[in-house]
Amino acid sequence: MAEILIETKGLKKYFDIGKNKLHAVDDVNLKIEKGKTLGIVGESGCGKSTLGRTVLGLLKATDGQVLYQGRDITKYNSKQLKNLRKEIQIIFQDPYSSINPRHSIGRIIGEPILVNGIIKDKSIRRQRVLELMETVGLSQKLYNSYPHELDGGRRQRVGVARALSVNPKFIVCDEPVSALDVSIQAQILNLLMDLQDDLGLTYMFITHDLSVVKHISDEIAVMYLGQCVERSSSKELFKNPMHPYTKALLTAIPIPSAKAREIKTEMIKGELTSPINPKPGCRFASRCPQVKNECTKANVPLREIKPGHFVACTLYNNE
Amino acid sequence: MSLLEIKDLEIIYTNGKNVVQAVNGINFTLDKKETLGLVGETGAGKTTTALSILRLLPERTGKIINGSVNFDGIPLLDLNEREMQSIRGARIAMIFQDPMTSLNPVLTVGEQIEEALMLHNIDNESKEEITKRVDEILTLVGINPERKKNYPHEFSGGMKQRVVIAMSLACSPELLIADEPTTALDVTIQAQVLDMMEELKQKLDMSMIMITHDLGVVAKTCDKVAVLYAGEIIEYGTFEDFFINKAHHPYTEGLFGSIPSIEDDAERLTPIEGLMPDPTELPEGCKFHPRCPKCMEKCKTEKPKDFIKGTHSIKCHLFAEEEN
Repeated sequence: MAEILIETKGLKKYFDIGKNKLHAVDDVNLKIEKGKTLGIVGESGCGKSTLGRTVLGLLKATDGQVLYQGRDITKYNSKQLKNLRKEIQIIFQDPYSSINPRHSIGRIIGEPILVNGIIKDKSIRRQRVLELMETVGLSQKLYNSYPHELDGGRRQRVGVARALSVNPKFIVCDEPVSALDVSIQAQILNLLMDLQDDLGLTYMFITHDLSVVKHISDEIAVMYLGQCVERSSSKELFKNPMHPYTKALLTAIPIPSAKAREIKTEMIKGELTSPINPKPGCRFASRCPQVKNECTKANVPLREIKPGHFVACTLYNNE
Repeated sequence: MSLLEIKDLEIIYTNGKNVVQAVNGINFTLDKKETLGLVGETGAGKTTTALSILRLLPERTGKIINGSVNFDGIPLLDLNEREMQSIRGARIAMIFQDPMTSLNPVLTVGEQIEEALMLHNIDNESKEEITKRVDEILTLVGINPERKKNYPHEFSGGMKQRVVIAMSLACSPELLIADEPTTALDVTIQAQVLDMMEELKQKLDMSMIMITHDLGVVAKTCDKVAVLYAGEIIEYGTFEDFFINKAHHPYTEGLFGSIPSIEDDAERLTPIEGLMPDPTELPEGCKFHPRCPKCMEKCKTEKPKDFIKGTHSIKCHLFAEEEN
């Protein structure tokens, strides 16, 4: 088996809301192999961004472990965390608010190199930034430009270049294409995949868009209200979805072809329930078309139903 | 006669010295009970076209310089503001993209739906009748009428969009313009809202213009499709022309190629290279030629005409040769 780069064990992140606890990430166990991509899919409010940030140590985990190359980074002090940032990076969702409007492109991309003291010499640093700009397909004449002069697609390339600037091994991509037009989205997805091949990067790819996640991921974890409800290889998940929520998600995507009208969407009723002090049992139960009595009695753990295919659902208890 | 007919519509935005050519000669017609999909990327002129139908372009900067908009035989561009007000919201309604910002945060949702009914109260209905109508509309969009006393922040995104849809349907419009009605919503909620809109359209005999960038939404809801690029309709046709017929404008092909497919296992996407042209300096000839993989010499200088085959029209030189 290939080397595991990052692993979470029983990871929890609760937020305090007055006296209550909002369970944003609740007992998530994941593994990502080196050089692979794990897709995290779910709707807004399911805790996917919180998961990404907790894995990076940007948010302090309430409980559980995040093992990076076998070492638990939730116990790191700030100095150790700073060193860790050279190896793990993030690309943010919104290319408009995640780069400083008052800094030039060159400065934005070069800042992590400067802060981490990787290249101290100014002209060599400039050279490195220009190299990075070429890698992500930005014209070098934009070095002295400011973010407002760039469109969304180019800004997102700046975000990618900045993440790459410290030569990371692991990058969390938090909805990196959802703010972009489809034709630009495809350009950025191709870029991320090329970079993975060339630099051997490992990605955690967070998105709400199933077609994007299918395209880029080796393995997929489906999240619902802070919990992982299904996890398997990308191929298996799309061929043989098992959790009722995954099935509903898959049929809810409008397909751009004539077949779209023939497919009956398996409509799920209602909306997300509240993640504040959730009741025991399956959190999807209130919307689930196949709900049974036992679903609401006790928590439903994630179990391996088939080799490599994990599902948290009582429907498969007898298998 | 068609319900809506737009001819040679041209719209510019002026901003100091810059002139943005937002819409450059658009033609289309919409029949009763039909749904037209306006497809395109950011800046293609979709929303500008929609706003011009309702005469809601920003007064100082936006200007219609040519063309006509006929709604049920009425030339909308020639009406005065008072006459326009009697049509806007009553006979033509619009759903805006972002449900979070298109509701007034300090009024209850009931009051906001009521407002439209009071303003267009042609039959002089009493207060009770209007209240009853608000309840009816809320039920129609799947919201418990008891919630009309709630404020927008007490609703989730999907529920807010239902409130916005309820507002637009309050006066039973003949034409509904939906500007990216589901873009801000999650997929499972999107499926619910699209389903509901389709059902309401049948029930109320409405025509609809669906503005979207998502070809999946188009495939699900539209009878006719118009693809916009840099303020022009570059391809126009029926549902069958788009999703069954294989001949397409290179830009439409690019749009299809950019979408990661759920069904196939393509290794790489085939995106459209480059970016939308700067609308203050549109390219000569075909506006798509700098990004077009099939660009010919002719495309750089000569504007393509619409080449029409049955119901399907494509603005591209490639199809000129086929015709001759």
